[in-house]
Amino acid sequence: MKRQSIDKGVHSLFLAIALFSIIFLSLIMLFLFKEGIPIFDFITVKDFLFGQYWYPTDDPADFGIFPLILGSIYVTIVSGLIAIPLGVMTAVYLAEIATPRVAEIVKPIVELMASMPSVIIGFFGMVVVAPFLQQVFNIPVGLNMFNASLMLAFMAIPTICSLCEDAIFSVPTALKEASFALGATHLETIVKVVIPASLSGICTAVILGLSRAIGETMVVLMAAGGAAMIPMSIFDPVRPLPASIAAEMAEAPFRSEHYHALFAIGIVLFVFTFLFNILADYISYRFRQTGEASL
Amino acid sequence: MNRFKIVLTALISFAVMASSQVFAGDLVIKGSTTILPIAQKTAEAYMAEHPDVKISLSGGGSGNGIKAIVDGTADIGNASRFIKPKEVDLAHSKGVYPVPFRVALDAIVPVVNKNNKITDLSMSQLKNIYLGKIKNWKEVGGTEGKIVVISRDSSSGTFGVWKELVMKKARVTPRALTVPSNGGIVQAVTTTPGAIGYVGLGYLNQEIKTVNVDGVKGNEENTLNGSFPISRGLFMFTKGWPKGDTMAFLSFILSKKGQQLVKEAGSIPLF
Repeated sequence: MKRQSIDKGVHSLFLAIALFSIIFLSLIMLFLFKEGIPIFDFITVKDFLFGQYWYPTDDPADFGIFPLILGSIYVTIVSGLIAIPLGVMTAVYLAEIATPRVAEIVKPIVELMASMPSVIIGFFGMVVVAPFLQQVFNIPVGLNMFNASLMLAFMAIPTICSLCEDAIFSVPTALKEASFALGATHLETIVKVVIPASLSGICTAVILGLSRAIGETMVVLMAAGGAAMIPMSIFDPVRPLPASIAAEMAEAPFRSEHYHALFAIGIVLFVFTFLFNILADYISYRFRQTGEASL
Repeated sequence: MNRFKIVLTALISFAVMASSQVFAGDLVIKGSTTILPIAQKTAEAYMAEHPDVKISLSGGGSGNGIKAIVDGTADIGNASRFIKPKEVDLAHSKGVYPVPFRVALDAIVPVVNKNNKITDLSMSQLKNIYLGKIKNWKEVGGTEGKIVVISRDSSSGTFGVWKELVMKKARVTPRALTVPSNGGIVQAVTTTPGAIGYVGLGYLNQEIKTVNVDGVKGNEENTLNGSFPISRGLFMFTKGWPKGDTMAFLSFILSKKGQQLVKEAGSIPLF
């Protein structure tokens, strides 16, 4: 009897802990929507999402976040273009090509990169990379979309690489052996067997890496330049969504239109990362490698 | 269950202790980064004289300082601009009556990279640069090169003053880079050859070059005699008329000694 009641106790304790974190997160979400929605009393959803000008403290104010959305999307795309090939290829190298000794050294280093605080990466972008880009490309401003994307790519690579590496590593040896037995070279095996077999894992890794990039705040705040304009070139300064929230929230008068607008930006950002995660979930489910025969 | 209760009681008593420690003889100051050097210097001197008082100091901007007074999260809120009507309404609706103390004067000085040849700009040239109408240094008598306009975030007090006095309430071009602090502007102007920015007098250093406005140099003398056009008062706000340590600290800043420290911090003393 006593053992059973202990068992039940533990059961409900874990349930309570699980519920606690879920309830906490939903309360945060509720709060986000509660504080963000009131802005739409002042401005239509269309004007908010597609308005060209962000002048939140003017009188009358303009709350168009289109340049900010574009900034976020462009920065994420460019960082993806840099981080995806580098991350995936590093993972392929570590899982397939590197000798165990090399992999043993390189892998922890890559994973260590993931634990680099973003403020340090942002600072590096601001102080070192910005003047460097100015000189190399002969551009007026070093704090721009390219700089921020480069820094974000640095942050996304470890995530993408280590998740990809796990996916590639878990491809059954029998598949590779079958490929070798048919006379395929190592390269052919990697390109035609290993990568397709781990595609779902790779896609998930890429999307999770990019969702980290789109939500990242400190780096874009420090290195992106912060101009709320629609970028025309890769070297234009941009002001991604998280940077606006971080830079302005502290100074927006409590419960003012500006304050609500910043929370509404939070909602937009939340929707973005939410979609990314759903997509990752869907892909990992849809392209799951079941058994060895479905390739 | 009993153990749980003990832990809970311990946690609560710890929290109570911690919070009482924060409020006993402590002074919390928040707000404008422009006032930060002044507040830091005076707070250090004040704490040296009164070892029983602990002053905690943080930046965050003028709007934040005033918000902190209204919310009651600080004893003194620093603002590099006067309180806005909207903020007064908000404070009144919460039953708070902010009291301003002018603690120093400051000039906002346009700065450029030290390799820039420009030494003087008129108010209308400055305005047009920040409107995005003048895009090349050649147009204002400098050497060929794109002007990189650097501004502060729209909620900064320095930005507010710049907008009122230089822009005459017109909008700064969306192409302007925005930087979250005075120090950020100094950093950006130092590393960007074509940059122009503006900072409070306390942030000037050897790495950046100041530009005269309408032929007048932005310094203490010209601000006090009124000839430098972009100047302002720096304020500390309290929630209602201050008492106790808050009052004592404000009196200290407004004393002769405090004003000497204001000068050392790079701002302009009131007397």
